[in-house]
Amino acid sequence: MQFSESWLRTLVNPSLTSEELSHLLTMAGLEVEEMKSVAAVFDNVVVAQVLSKDKHPDADRLNVLTVDVGQAEPLTIVCGAGNVTVGMKAPCALVGAKLPGIEIKQAKVRGIASFGMMCSEKELGLAADSEGLMVLDVAATVGQSIREHLDLDDHLITLKLTPNRCDCLSLNGIAREVAALTGASMNALPVAIFNEAGAQTKHVKVGAVSACPRYSGRVIAGVNAKAQTPDWMVKRLQRCGLHSISALVDVTNYVLLEMGQPLHAFDSNKLHGDIEVRFARAGEKLTLLNEQVLDLAEDMLVIADAHNPVALAGVMGGAESAVGEETVDVFLESAFFSPSVIVGKSRRLGFSSDSAYRFERGVDFANTRIALDRATQLIIDICGGTASKVSEVLSALPSRSPVKLRTSRVLRILGVSIESNDIAQILTRLGMVFQREGDIFFVTPPSYRFDIQIEEDLVEEVARVYGYEKIQPVATQAKMNILPRVEAQRPLGKLRQTMVLRDYQEVINYAFVESAWERDLCGNANPIALKNPIASQMSVMRSSLLGGLLASLRTNLARKQPRVRLFEVGGCFAHQDAEYVQEERLAGLAYGSVQAEQWGVPSRNIDFYDVKGDVEALFAPRILSFQAQPHTASHPGRSADIVLNGRVVGCIGELHPQWQQQYDLPLAPVWFEIELTALMQASVPKVTEISRVPPVRRDIAVLIGEDVAAEALLLAMRGVKIPYVVAIELFDLYRGKGVEQGKKSLAFRVLLQDTQKTLAEADIEPSLQKLVDILEKSGAQLRS
Amino acid sequence: MQELQIILDDALQCFAAITDAVELENAKARFLGKEGSLTGLLKGLGKLSAEERPAAGARINQIKQQIEAALQVRRDAIQQQVLQSKLAAESLDVTLPGRGLGVGGLHPVTRTLERIETLFHSIGYDVAEGPEIENDFYNFTALNIPEDHPARAMHDTFYIDEKHVLRTHTSPIQIRYMQAHMAKFAHLETMPDVRIIAPGRVYRVDSDATHSPMFHQVEGLWVGERVSFADLKGVIGDFLQNYFESEDMQVRFRPSFFPFTEPSAEMDMSWKGGWLEIGGCGMVHPNVLKHVGIDSEKYIGFAFGMGVERLAMLRYGVNDLRLFFENDVQFLKQFN
Repeated sequence: MQFSESWLRTLVNPSLTSEELSHLLTMAGLEVEEMKSVAAVFDNVVVAQVLSKDKHPDADRLNVLTVDVGQAEPLTIVCGAGNVTVGMKAPCALVGAKLPGIEIKQAKVRGIASFGMMCSEKELGLAADSEGLMVLDVAATVGQSIREHLDLDDHLITLKLTPNRCDCLSLNGIAREVAALTGASMNALPVAIFNEAGAQTKHVKVGAVSACPRYSGRVIAGVNAKAQTPDWMVKRLQRCGLHSISALVDVTNYVLLEMGQPLHAFDSNKLHGDIEVRFARAGEKLTLLNEQVLDLAEDMLVIADAHNPVALAGVMGGAESAVGEETVDVFLESAFFSPSVIVGKSRRLGFSSDSAYRFERGVDFANTRIALDRATQLIIDICGGTASKVSEVLSALPSRSPVKLRTSRVLRILGVSIESNDIAQILTRLGMVFQREGDIFFVTPPSYRFDIQIEEDLVEEVARVYGYEKIQPVATQAKMNILPRVEAQRPLGKLRQTMVLRDYQEVINYAFVESAWERDLCGNANPIALKNPIASQMSVMRSSLLGGLLASLRTNLARKQPRVRLFEVGGCFAHQDAEYVQEERLAGLAYGSVQAEQWGVPSRNIDFYDVKGDVEALFAPRILSFQAQPHTASHPGRSADIVLNGRVVGCIGELHPQWQQQYDLPLAPVWFEIELTALMQASVPKVTEISRVPPVRRDIAVLIGEDVAAEALLLAMRGVKIPYVVAIELFDLYRGKGVEQGKKSLAFRVLLQDTQKTLAEADIEPSLQKLVDILEKSGAQLRS
Repeated sequence: MQELQIILDDALQCFAAITDAVELENAKARFLGKEGSLTGLLKGLGKLSAEERPAAGARINQIKQQIEAALQVRRDAIQQQVLQSKLAAESLDVTLPGRGLGVGGLHPVTRTLERIETLFHSIGYDVAEGPEIENDFYNFTALNIPEDHPARAMHDTFYIDEKHVLRTHTSPIQIRYMQAHMAKFAHLETMPDVRIIAPGRVYRVDSDATHSPMFHQVEGLWVGERVSFADLKGVIGDFLQNYFESEDMQVRFRPSFFPFTEPSAEMDMSWKGGWLEIGGCGMVHPNVLKHVGIDSEKYIGFAFGMGVERLAMLRYGVNDLRLFFENDVQFLKQFN
């Protein structure tokens, strides 16, 4: 909410500078978002009246003026403005005045001495652009400082109010708060119960009493709707960010700003019969002031005449019954609508209104009638007319039940010591009525506070006025326990470090992605979709991290990075019955040469096995199994499931040439994705006896068909417990000369060791034979 | 015996001139070999009288030893020389770059989160997590934000369906953690303190240089029998001073409103002569405790939430939030 400081100071005027006032508000929870001066800094500019005007003898466009600036003698001033007339009042910068950007000196203009400068709005910094001199009110006092005359020392203050502080959505409310915080006294608004002259001419019926516990209205007959809104009111409205529209509308807006009570003025002659407050009926329509045509829902409260709804209660009036220049009789409404009935309506309709904003938060229900009288008085003052008696329907207003507040609770929650007497004083200043029993208060909040329901709400009020700044921070004191750490679980940080040490850079992508990625890369035709995505390329939740990694790859290729290695840790999402599941995964992607280009090392692009090595390192020392398995995203012959202890925990593959082409990638990246829970599993080491005798190495080389996976042979050999065998590794793969087409040669290194003795050939031979038997059973043929 | 001296001088001169090991061994034969000059003299001993023989023999042996010693010195010298020149030939340009894989790096948000976790861990805060697709209850209702409450408009929420949203804050983790905590310690008369931080991704319908539709928050929660607003101020001040490694760091708390805390505060920190909003906090609202079955008369808690990117931006001088999710490695590598 924006307001004018000088208006506020007419209501309460503590001895604080503007900056101090701003700080006070901010530190009391009414955050000042912005404070700006109405006008730039300048001085020595006064109201002046033009006494005479003569053509400059040597310049066609200049005039020589004599100007009364309130001094003993008039001044001679040379002026080039086109709109100068004798008798007009305009600002005059005296010699010595400092305006934005210039200082006024006595000067000769084409041979004639000039003792000041007549000013435009632009020259005073009051407008970005302006033509001719600024024309002042004829009633302005000659010689008066222009700052004073136009109230230019004012500040525009914008508050960022939290939703609970609806009581501060008016000048009066802010003034009340300032008075409570500073102890300064408040000037009462010039409001008196308006003495009605005419009879009650429009009856009001409230059908929905709980939705509208209070409704007041009256007719003001015979107004001049074309009357000019007085300058002071226009200025205040403008300084609160509202434009002047017409006197009738301006008055309702003015009272809204002043007292926080939304009002509505109907053209009484466009209303048929009496007024009814009720919920809309199925099929009813209403055209609002903003020309939006509403199909009214049955939970919408309306103001209706005998025929139709004429306003959406508390939100916006209807276009048809709006006041205009031709309006003669006005029906003025001031009501209290329950917050729960108004809340969410304007959001549902896609616009906001000052009225709805206030009603949904809570409007002071004790003010309904006073605001009506205040507006009536202003309308009659400005537009004339006679007011009828008030039609009022009153039912059960919101209750304000006493809330218990214990001094002991204040101390415990805040951690400071505040005396009960100080609490009593704070409550009094906040306008809270209470009964006190020693250190316990029973506090009845005022009608304008909708946010005081429990003891803690009052604790906050006490803390606010006491000052958050005065609460001294204390060092944490608590019972200390050691936080448990499961050793059989590897911390995520370690996994990330492994990736980092293998030259991968971590990225973070949005969890919502393009639906095409899900379809193409994951074969997911039914991804979890957002109802209100921010953009189409962020419309569904990812079921894999791959899409994001590819996007990041593309970003970096576009920026001329030849070699990109990325990883990401994050959630992937899937439907599960009516619910959703999230699985945390770690995914990596490598593109370009194995190592950054460097001397003495032949350059080679990464392939499946390089990345497989990274995956194995992540799991080490646990042994993985890889099973050929096509994946939508991967080359069908270069794609595998990652299997740990018989369970698929992830996948690895080279990007399918189709997607490589579609995503414009010169080379094929290799990627993998693994469940985080599988990666984090570990075991607590359990040591076995180590041998003091050296191991014996024996190599076995076999020929086998290309269709047999190397791992199948390894698993077969490792699957059987054979005496003395402690390790079997594949160390060579050969195809080509000496090996027939369709076959490959595999060489295994076997380490044999005993804990007690050095092995003799007689010990080794039977074990090796067992391995050979296993290999031969798998179709392998021993190479000599 | 003058002859002996001549042989010795000849040998010493000869050895000194030789720089090659093979040549040296050949030269050795000239003096000590079968046909060598010294060997010749030794053979000639037999011609001497028995009286003369011992003295002459001793004299010859002495010279022989001298020649052998000189030979050995020369051998060692030559060997040294050979080794030196071999080593010289093998020397490397040690300034050439080392080879192998480079080293990658962590994302700045991860780096920041790890730092936050470490600092809070040091005062006994455990880390809790929760799902990013949340249901209405955890994201709103349990946090004292009923349907249609104006506070829901404060959260520009991404909806999945009627009942599910992308969590708008990490606060639902509070609820989930306290529920689990209560279930775990239901048998105890006094519940052990809840002391956690909950980092995670959150989502809001908002996107520009200062807002990202996805960002990270870290939530803190401490519920116990003796927790107060003064403790909250203490913890936050301590954290920020340590996070920024600046003892001059000032922290300011001013009243604010959050449905799930009462009293509530906005936290500002001193920054370049002014104040900068760093997050929200407050004392856990009794309705929130009620939702998880904690007696709000007995236990009091505080909660706080901070933007992780914000902390990272301030710490590392990043001026555009969008850089965090663009994933340009030129940006990311600066955090390695």
